[in-house]
Amino acid sequence: MHKEGKKGTLMKVLRYIRPYMHYVILSLLFAALSVILTLYAPILLGEAIDCIVGKGNVDFGEIFLILEKTACVIIVTGIAQWLMNLCNNQITYGVVKDIRLKAFKKLENLPLSYVDSHASGDTISRIITDVEQFSDGLLMGFSQFFTGAVTILATLLFMLSIDVKISLVVVLITPLSFFVAGFIAKRTYMMFKKQSETRAKMTSLVNEMVGNQKVVQAFGYGRRASKRFDEINDTLKGYSLRAIFFSSITNPSTRFVNNLVYMGVGITGALSAITGAISVGQLSCFLTYANQYTKPFNEISGVVTELQNAFACAKRVFDFMEEEPETPDDADAVVLKEVEGNLSLCNVSFSYKKETPLLKDLNLEVKPGQKIAIVGPTGCGKTTLINLLMRFYDVNQGEIRMEGIDIRRLTRKSLRENYGMVLQETWLKSATIAENIAYGKPDATMEEIMVAAKEAHAHSFIMRMPEGYDTMISEEGGSLSQGQKQLLCIARVMLRLPPVLILDEATSSIDTRTEIQVQKAFEKLMEGRTSFIVAHRLSTIRTADRILVMKDGNIIEQGTHDELLSQGGFYKNLYESQFL
Amino acid sequence: MRKLLKYLNKYKKESIIGPLFKLLEACFELLVPLIMASMIDVGIAKKDTGYIFGMGSILILFAVLGLACSLTAQYFAAKASVGFGTELRHDMFVHIQELSYSEIDQAGSATLVTRITSDINQVQSGVNLVLRLFLRSPFIVVGAMIMAFTISVKLALIFAVAVPLLSIVIYGIMVVSIPLYRRVQKGLDRILLSTRENLEGIRVVRAFGMQEKEKKEFEKENEFFLAAQMLVGKISALLNPVTYIIVNAAAIAIVWYGGKEVYAGGITQGEVIALVNYMTQILLALVALSNLIVSFTKALACANRVNEVFALRPSITEGQETEGAGTDEAVAFENVSFAYPKSKAYAAQDLEFSVKKGEMIGIIGGTGSGKSTLVNLIPRFYDVTEGCVKVDGRDVKEYCLETLRKKIGIVPQKAVLFQGSIRDNMKIGNEDADDEAIMEALKIAQAREVVGEKPEGLDHMISESGKNLSGGQRQRLTIARAIVKKPEILILDDSASALDFATDARLRKAVRGLKDMTVFVVSQRAASVMQADRIIVLEDGRIAGIGTHQELLKTCPVYEEICYSQLSEKEAGYHA
Repeated sequence: MHKEGKKGTLMKVLRYIRPYMHYVILSLLFAALSVILTLYAPILLGEAIDCIVGKGNVDFGEIFLILEKTACVIIVTGIAQWLMNLCNNQITYGVVKDIRLKAFKKLENLPLSYVDSHASGDTISRIITDVEQFSDGLLMGFSQFFTGAVTILATLLFMLSIDVKISLVVVLITPLSFFVAGFIAKRTYMMFKKQSETRAKMTSLVNEMVGNQKVVQAFGYGRRASKRFDEINDTLKGYSLRAIFFSSITNPSTRFVNNLVYMGVGITGALSAITGAISVGQLSCFLTYANQYTKPFNEISGVVTELQNAFACAKRVFDFMEEEPETPDDADAVVLKEVEGNLSLCNVSFSYKKETPLLKDLNLEVKPGQKIAIVGPTGCGKTTLINLLMRFYDVNQGEIRMEGIDIRRLTRKSLRENYGMVLQETWLKSATIAENIAYGKPDATMEEIMVAAKEAHAHSFIMRMPEGYDTMISEEGGSLSQGQKQLLCIARVMLRLPPVLILDEATSSIDTRTEIQVQKAFEKLMEGRTSFIVAHRLSTIRTADRILVMKDGNIIEQGTHDELLSQGGFYKNLYESQFL
Repeated sequence: MRKLLKYLNKYKKESIIGPLFKLLEACFELLVPLIMASMIDVGIAKKDTGYIFGMGSILILFAVLGLACSLTAQYFAAKASVGFGTELRHDMFVHIQELSYSEIDQAGSATLVTRITSDINQVQSGVNLVLRLFLRSPFIVVGAMIMAFTISVKLALIFAVAVPLLSIVIYGIMVVSIPLYRRVQKGLDRILLSTRENLEGIRVVRAFGMQEKEKKEFEKENEFFLAAQMLVGKISALLNPVTYIIVNAAAIAIVWYGGKEVYAGGITQGEVIALVNYMTQILLALVALSNLIVSFTKALACANRVNEVFALRPSITEGQETEGAGTDEAVAFENVSFAYPKSKAYAAQDLEFSVKKGEMIGIIGGTGSGKSTLVNLIPRFYDVTEGCVKVDGRDVKEYCLETLRKKIGIVPQKAVLFQGSIRDNMKIGNEDADDEAIMEALKIAQAREVVGEKPEGLDHMISESGKNLSGGQRQRLTIARAIVKKPEILILDDSASALDFATDARLRKAVRGLKDMTVFVVSQRAASVMQADRIIVLEDGRIAGIGTHQELLKTCPVYEEICYSQLSEKEAGYHA
């Protein structure tokens, strides 16, 4: 099962590589060429050295010819290496770009239930970090795995062609470096794991204590926090020392094995040279090979772990991309036009999780221009209703109709185009103010944008900004106050003026002046439009045509303010409770 | 970096032994080609098997000694760097505890967190790297060149040309590519921003039907990123081929001129081979050095950021007094003005009022009117710019901070709980509180049901930043936490915003029942402050009115405006 998954991931990666197949072939060709030539150069140099025998005994003519040849080989090698690198870049960055784009497109098509139930950090790290790590691994794989393998094989062949005995020495000792590296890696892994576990603990403590330093100080918790910190810090010291030490002995140890190989070659080579089995030049060539031969072994073992990691990342990205998408619109889905604002809910039932039913058999008839206020304590499920109306979620039973048509039979785009939504969590893009207002209507003229801003009572504060409508809004709205952000969101909806509105009144954190403006803007927006308002303000609630009182996910009372008060139920209780 | 070096003082021995042994190892490595040369020149030429074995055993001895030196060096370097990191971390944590709110604002809590975690880790690796390798690579380069000179001064001239050339190429590629890497990073940041925005604003994106447009925009960012990657890839792809060509060209030159030298009888065949080997060693050392420089610059940047934190000096010096004056005045503001550091405008100005023990004071006003600023001055989280704040008849500057803060229980706007059981959290302000006291506080804070719902009761574990609780539950628990402290003064800084009207009302009623406690209720909701004994109305950092609800309705237009925007006339006058 586990193997299956790995193989599956490999197949998927290959599918993404396919469009770059010509680069892959070129890369392999250049790699083979550069490796073989790299190995050929020492042979040539060895031959040249053989022409240098001793004082007064040097064949300059021959040396010149050989060196000329060597120079050509070297230049071709360099070029082949460079071209290979370029091909590898093309493949890796291209593949990763494709994957990233596809993952992002997936994000736009995911059902909201996925987004709501997964931590956003996790999703982001799949699209960004995992893709990046996969890219690094892939690049390393391409640039080192193949060249490494070819180098090992070709070196072996070259060596065998010169002398079998010395080759055997190299072949027998080299695997030792593998064992040593593997042995150390296993020990190191444990230590690294413990180190990163302790580091995670420390980060979480620091996040809490330093991140909330003000609370820590207000409660005089500093000394106790320091004590907790020091405990973790000391544990970390022990693990870090071992982790760093063990990991740093890998290099000296493999270098030691390298040296052994070098010595083995030196001694057997020198002995063979005495008997005349090889020349001194060939010995020098062997020595170079001995230096080169262990390197790809070490590299490949590194690449293998890197590739494993890359594939694990790739799997996470692919898992994300294979999430169930939103059910697509029906092929014959109706495009909604001419909306007056008739909405009805018939026997609607809904729950996020089967075990905890939320809405049950809900019925509601809304006529054009009506104002519906939704009230209730926090967590009563007000957002659930919005989720259903906008079709962010589908109902489990019953149906929601707009202009008499089941909204599941409409295209999502045309349904949502008829809604204007202003949520409490104001979301703005990092773009200019004008671009933000025109978000729903990218082809709007500057004039239209300004009219919308004026109607939303946002114009005056925008004009006070240093660059007016061209002011960049930094990430998360930075310099704007909460109220100003809300005014921009209103302007954004104002520009489109859809027939149905969904508004979420802010509970707090708006100053009174702006608040009055927001309210005026809301009123302007609602003129003659069907509106659903998640209401916190009594003035809004009182003037609503209908009040939906929600509790524990269900609508428990419905009616006008006066009706509900005379009913003497939960609403009356809620209404009076603030004047106890 | 220099300022941080004092953390190595304790590890002086280790920080000297580490690099020393590393250099010793490098010496052994430098001798190897020479021994090989004599093996060829003496052993092979004279067909002396004994000599070859002798030299061979020396080589093996060198390898073993090299390994031993290297392990010793690694161990001491690890010990010194880890010790360095641990102490640096400890000091910074302690230092952060001493900072006052102004410095924390200035640096930003999130920044402080990265400084003490990842930045210090980077500096620690940097120190380790320096101790292990920084001397080694230049040493090998210089050593190999010296060896070359001892073999033949003439041939060493080839080294004198090739080595600077190699350095220029390696350094040049670095200089060109580092700014380009920054551009790649910027591209990645933009992609990250796009992704996060789309995830957070998913409802808005869909409500406006903008998925296709967002995809197109992302595609553009993605292409920009690709172009940046390709450009830098093209340049850094040059490094290996160019250095390869230079080194081998040098080797060719060595063989050619070496041949001439041998012909003239200056050097031997084996020495030519040794020179070629030295060339290779130099290349490896230079490449290692270039990687080292990259890591080192990163660590240096981190070290600077770490220093920035240490450069923050606590702006508050505490007094000595451990007792109040015992008057019946709980809090008094005398002509207080306050501006945040580095801000020219006053956040609060000319505040003047006095509060009796046991009074309940409402504070109302819009965002930025100075409500939080006012209450933050009471526990001396910030120092006033002018005037003086008195608690229990004494200037807050005279108190020792611990005493002052013990008197005050504050519930901040942001409801923050710590990882641990509910009980642990309740005891944060009062270590000695027993379960009975905790339950009593929970009852007042309307949080008893929060605990009652959980099968483990007070032992219920709260996850990091209280994610497993709703906003309202968190708020009520933070209120209880402040009450457990049994403070003389309780400050609720807009801390009921996530509560529904009914709970909010019950909470206020319960708090009013705390007879000996002076209570400040900060809110933007008129309904939350209406029944306070007195209400302070703030506008633009100044007091716009002080009095009861009824008085203010008549005398304070700002208050009137707030009330009527939120309540009907009937509701506003309900109390009459």
